[in-house]
Amino acid sequence: MFWYKMISTGLLLALHGALQAQESLADSVRHLEGVTVTANRYQEVIPSQRLSGARLEGLNSFSVADAIRYFSGVQIKDYGGVGGLKTVDLRSMGTNHMGVFYDGIQLGNAQNGQIDLGKFSLDNIEEISLYNGQKSEIFQPAKDFGSAGTIYLRTRRPRFEEGKPLNLIAFARTGSFGLLNPSLLLEIKTGRSSALSLNAEYIGASGKYKFRYRKVLADGTTAWDTTAVRQNGDIGSLRLEGGANGFTEHSSWHAKAYFFDSEKGIPGAIVNNVWKRSQRQWDRNFFAQGSFRRQFSGRADLLANIKLAVDRMRYLNPDTTLLYIDNTFVQREAYASLAGKYSLLPDWDINLSADYQWNRLDASLQDFVRPRRHTALVALATALEWKRLKVQASLLGTYVFESVDGRGGEAPAPSGANDRREYTPAVFLSYRSRPEGPLLLRAFCKRIFRMPTFNDLYYTDIGNVALRPEYTVQYNLGLLFEKEYGRGMLSGLSLRADAYYNEVTDKIVAVPKGNGQFRWMMMNLGYVEIRGLELSANLALRPAESMQLGLGLNYTFQRAQDFSSPSDNDAEAGTWGRQIAYIPRHNGSAVANLNWKRWDVNYSFAYVGKRYHNSSNIRENLEQPWYTHDLALSRQLGLPKLKCKLSLEVNNLLDQQYDVVLNYPMPGRNWKMIVRVEM
Amino acid sequence: MNKQIFLTWAIAVAILYSCRNEAEIYPPEIVQLAPPDAGRVAGFYLLNEGNMGSNKSTLDYYDYGTGEYRRNIFADANPSVPKELGDVGNDIKIYGSKLYAVINCSNKIEVMDKRTARRLGQIDVPNCRYIRFHNGYAYISSYAGPVELNPHYEQLGYVAKVDTASLLVIDRCLVGFQPDELEIADGKIYVANSGGYMFPNYEKTVSVIDLESFKEIKRIEVARNLHRLRADRHGNLWVSSRGDYYAQPSRLYRIDRTRDETADSIDIAVSNFHLDGDSLYLYSTEWSYISMSNEVTYGIVDVAKRAIVTRSFITDGTDQQIKIPYGIMVHPLTKDIYVTDAKNYVSPGTLYCFGSDGRLKWNVRTGDIPAHFVFLED
Repeated sequence: MFWYKMISTGLLLALHGALQAQESLADSVRHLEGVTVTANRYQEVIPSQRLSGARLEGLNSFSVADAIRYFSGVQIKDYGGVGGLKTVDLRSMGTNHMGVFYDGIQLGNAQNGQIDLGKFSLDNIEEISLYNGQKSEIFQPAKDFGSAGTIYLRTRRPRFEEGKPLNLIAFARTGSFGLLNPSLLLEIKTGRSSALSLNAEYIGASGKYKFRYRKVLADGTTAWDTTAVRQNGDIGSLRLEGGANGFTEHSSWHAKAYFFDSEKGIPGAIVNNVWKRSQRQWDRNFFAQGSFRRQFSGRADLLANIKLAVDRMRYLNPDTTLLYIDNTFVQREAYASLAGKYSLLPDWDINLSADYQWNRLDASLQDFVRPRRHTALVALATALEWKRLKVQASLLGTYVFESVDGRGGEAPAPSGANDRREYTPAVFLSYRSRPEGPLLLRAFCKRIFRMPTFNDLYYTDIGNVALRPEYTVQYNLGLLFEKEYGRGMLSGLSLRADAYYNEVTDKIVAVPKGNGQFRWMMMNLGYVEIRGLELSANLALRPAESMQLGLGLNYTFQRAQDFSSPSDNDAEAGTWGRQIAYIPRHNGSAVANLNWKRWDVNYSFAYVGKRYHNSSNIRENLEQPWYTHDLALSRQLGLPKLKCKLSLEVNNLLDQQYDVVLNYPMPGRNWKMIVRVEM
Repeated sequence: MNKQIFLTWAIAVAILYSCRNEAEIYPPEIVQLAPPDAGRVAGFYLLNEGNMGSNKSTLDYYDYGTGEYRRNIFADANPSVPKELGDVGNDIKIYGSKLYAVINCSNKIEVMDKRTARRLGQIDVPNCRYIRFHNGYAYISSYAGPVELNPHYEQLGYVAKVDTASLLVIDRCLVGFQPDELEIADGKIYVANSGGYMFPNYEKTVSVIDLESFKEIKRIEVARNLHRLRADRHGNLWVSSRGDYYAQPSRLYRIDRTRDETADSIDIAVSNFHLDGDSLYLYSTEWSYISMSNEVTYGIVDVAKRAIVTRSFITDGTDQQIKIPYGIMVHPLTKDIYVTDAKNYVSPGTLYCFGSDGRLKWNVRTGDIPAHFVFLED
């Protein structure tokens, strides 16, 4: 029954979508507190940011990565273009520390630890949430405790209007880069309490765009100025997704199968005399996952998850003037998890979860040892509410065993990785100024690590089997002010300020190995200290009748200092104590969406301050700040029985020419037209 | 309220605009290192490789006449060249009035005036490695073999013959796999084949090309993964092998040029060397899987006596500061020794100057991966 209520409330919420701000301004879960027993009353204990509903829909975002750049504390490493790699770095700890969860189960990449968020379409994503530390929920699989920061992508859960057993949503996008992007979503009500959904999407693009590099002399006159077209950035990809979900009075389940197949060019770095490259990459990803949740007697809850995944990647360098490379990598993963929660007292819960994961990597590399990794995780967590104080604490035990191909078959991995035990704690506190008051003080500290990836450990010649895990410690202190107003122009306000200090120890870095032929070795040599401040404000306004205005502002300050090499302490060019590569001291974003009758206008602005592409912060390594203005206009067409929306987007309105990564030019002004039909 | 918001944003946007500057070509940074010392040698160029893909190969110049070090002179001397010098400088030489910089990953040899470093033109050679000259021609080794559509294709490298007047490639001679340094002596070109793309099946030979016919006439079996070679005045050719990085260590080999055969070897690891008179100054950086670190050694070999003279030419302990020695050169008159440190390959390196007594005279910051030297003689 509660599911039905949840669904209808969800619909209501979607209607006043403009209110759904990033912070849980109109947090559906909080609204449902009285309705559902599984509601998360600890929601606000951990700093989180959320994009959902109209906010998410309104952003000119092509992929999940584009949307995430509006969060504070986040850096997107973007190699540009439709198919370019896009990864997320939270609070300067490095992309490998970010856990990305798709419908509650982690997306894995044991090979290099990086999840390309450019690959995930927003078409069927309903909500993106980002948590520092871990999700504000103790009732979760052990894996969810295992990252320094987590992103949850939640796909659309079917909802049906009264008497309507079928939803059909079709998208078509076209625009710059030769983009052709149709998608179809079908939702079928298969019973009173179960539904099926099918989603297919194709992305085709030539990936061509003009870019311009220019330098001036000290007096401001042009030294050189060159414009070219980005080549070999083409992509063709197909995504098929099928899901089923259902519920009974005390249980719910969902299952999903995902298939992604793509071929793309790798446009490469633009350097003197080289304006075109020919490397190609093929990806084929498949996974199937299921989740089951049941409630017993109002005090006990059980959650079971299972996943199987196969990822195949082929990289080809057909350019025979260079090293000819044709490598194929196949990763396999199996995962199972069981979590149980028990309420000892109405305000005191404990959770125990146990996960097991198996990974294997095969590669067509010379002398490759085909590593297998068995990971067992056990998490014990508790959540306690005492008057206005909420506490969560968790302890995660991780046990890793690896084996490799040796002489005469499989053998335990040499040193280091063959028998690893790590215990990592986390504590989160929040204190409300007065009961039901708008002001909340919160703090957390968490110690967690990331395992060296298979590439770090076993990549032929570069890998180092002696690597230890890379650890992070995070401390955070923050204030949250949240209030909704019944009358007046301001209908909701949320303000957030968080200050933090992180340490990354035993950071895995590549060091030169011997001389010549650019040989590298992975070593646990890095040490980084990060001090940061995040500020954000979200406002929901009603400037006039039937008009809603949502405003979001984010600002991040980060001082991320490289203390890896004490001897490299030259006053000008040394790296010791200097800002690490690609982390700006200042970055921020502003998002506004105005909804008036059938019209929607969205404006978003992202700013990344000056950065250096190396810890040696000299002028030669300086990267100029960049900022983009994106604008979108959309209108609902009122057709009977057919909901139709037309949108027009312009991105990088002022045609700024910039690199996020050195020598990888980003697109200038580009546009997109979207038709969305729902019936 | 809307107006206020608009105004706020207008102001914010204006502020942000002022934060972004145009990318600028900086004038060289000049560092005074030593008192002026006019002599037959006017100065030297130092080519910084820059890490692959960074497009940060830069050129520095030291002027003995003023004692000044000028860091990053190319962009300033050639402000109209898009994307400056290029990606991964691999060799630098002077021939006649011209300065030639081999830029490996930019597939070109930048040709400049030897006094001003102003660009005169470029020679297009894909995956070019090293350059030498003879009788008005430049000879350039290249990893790039003939382009064929064949997945099992193994690409032989070649030596390109270039007319230094027209800067055009006029002939090619196929050699072994991935040829590195070359040396011209006795009417022949000797080419060290590395096989660097063929791991673990490295090449083991030196190709001998007849200058007259420009045809490969012989292969001399030496050792795996050859890199550098230098002819001495006693009829020998000194060849360095990188080894296979595992079982077989790096080593110095001697080829007898009268027979064009490998004669013997000296048990010393070599990453790079410089021949001055009969003294072969060398260093080695080898990764040790035991200590999990780079083990750096130095030495001088007397090529007349064919023996190691010393295992250290830095005498004041400065060698402890050098993480990855990457370039070496000896002044022909003063016998000052120049050694560069490439550190972590991605941040600026250091150039050290030692007196002939092995004591530090000065050091200076360079570009990324300082590597290749050439003297400018008056």
